[in-house]
Amino acid sequence: MNDAVTLRVNGKPVTVPAGAMVSTAIAAAGFDLFRRSVTGQPRGPLCGMGICFECRVTVGGRQHVRSCQTACASGMEVQTDE
Amino acid sequence: MSEGDRSFDVLVIGAGPAGLAAACRAAAARAIVCLVDDNPRPGGQIWRASLDRVPGPAVPWIATAARLGVRMIEGARVFAAPEPGRLALETGAGEPLDLRYRSLVLATGARERFVPFPGWTLPNAMGAGGLQSLVKSGFPVRGKKVVVAGSGPLLPAVARYLRHAGADVRLIAEQAPLAALARFARSLLHHPHKLAEAAIFGGSLAGVRYLTSSWPVSAQGDGRVQSVTLARGGKTFTESCDYLACGFGLVPNTELASLLGCRVSEGVAVDDYQRTTVEGVYAAGEITGIGGVDLALVEGEIAGHAAAGQTERASRLFQARDRQRHFARSLARSFTLREELKHLAPDDTLVCRCEDVSLGRVRAATGWREAKLQTRCGMGPCQSRVCGPAVEFLLGWKPDSVRPPLFPVSVNSLSQAGDSGS
Repeated sequence: MNDAVTLRVNGKPVTVPAGAMVSTAIAAAGFDLFRRSVTGQPRGPLCGMGICFECRVTVGGRQHVRSCQTACASGMEVQTDE
Repeated sequence: MSEGDRSFDVLVIGAGPAGLAAACRAAAARAIVCLVDDNPRPGGQIWRASLDRVPGPAVPWIATAARLGVRMIEGARVFAAPEPGRLALETGAGEPLDLRYRSLVLATGARERFVPFPGWTLPNAMGAGGLQSLVKSGFPVRGKKVVVAGSGPLLPAVARYLRHAGADVRLIAEQAPLAALARFARSLLHHPHKLAEAAIFGGSLAGVRYLTSSWPVSAQGDGRVQSVTLARGGKTFTESCDYLACGFGLVPNTELASLLGCRVSEGVAVDDYQRTTVEGVYAAGEITGIGGVDLALVEGEIAGHAAAGQTERASRLFQARDRQRHFARSLARSFTLREELKHLAPDDTLVCRCEDVSLGRVRAATGWREAKLQTRCGMGPCQSRVCGPAVEFLLGWKPDSVRPPLFPVSVNSLSQAGDSGS
């Protein structure tokens, strides 16, 4: 388990251990805001197990991906809301 | 996958302790078994593996399942039940998957109960088990100040894990009174193995304040949580933190059981053999009522034996299950949520985080059905999995009926499930 994976969150390169979820990469890149709610409030992960959908982000152009259930891959482009 | 590859004697939904035990026991009786989980790896929430891959208690069960030829499908979730004996799933890659069964074992586990209070929607305010599972996948908390609050034996377990991961756990706030915890501790005397666990928690928590009769009243912060205000002894105090981990016990994941037509009260209703009220459908583990890992295991074993027709073997485990149920009852009594928690949220606090619906707007409705129609409360992607139990606790409303799809799915998957969406 010494492998590391490098991906980009909002254009910022970040390296995480292999097997880490996208939510980990977002936090490791220094972002707390994952998405904006329907009324524009900042939100981040809540349940950590794929139920609440609060941690959803855009991964490789695919929207509404639950970052806590998605493993990081090398070269992945992750986009949070601003 | 060919037609034959998609039909099973026993299909088990959920690869936590109950599901793994059910799959192993059914497969040992030579049934053709498939075990499905929506997470990327088996083990469920309680046995979720860490990135450091310390061999956990799930490992021998997973090995046994593999040795017995159990077909494992990970990262797939059930979203509809188009007809008896058939489930519609979507894989992690967004592809539809159709599975058929003679017997079905539901082992869909539990989720955390969240109690709304001002600031609970801020980033970095999350579930207690929620933060733990994120940290297990590498989420960085080293040196971060964390307050753990809510109720139940999960809180010290989470605090211990977070400390191990390098977090600066400031305190644990347990809403239950000390007397109730003392009763709980005494009940552990009947379960020496659990007592040992409790002692371990106690030992490694030396130095962390464990407050009883204490609960969060609000969280504050600019764009993320920066402090939490807690009630204790008729007063409040504020603690600064980088993360707030709050869980108020667990709620059974009964949605799929409800969709199938199984009777659900506190959990999914089952008989001695873990049979639900629907022919050929069994339920085991936390979905039949919160009782912990040991009860889940024995219920899973019984369900697996019974689903494979081994009723005699199943009945030999009834006594062991009774002992674990005794523990479950003591757990529920000890950590009953106090009345004060129903009054933390003023009318402008959000209850539904998907559609941003405030408690005041929900309260103005006459019940769930009207609240959904008028405010879209519970209509977002989580399908009321978060707000449902909160509203039930705050307003006493029982959950509305469950309809497919159980989760947001692609149009492709929906169309493959045929008439299930109607």
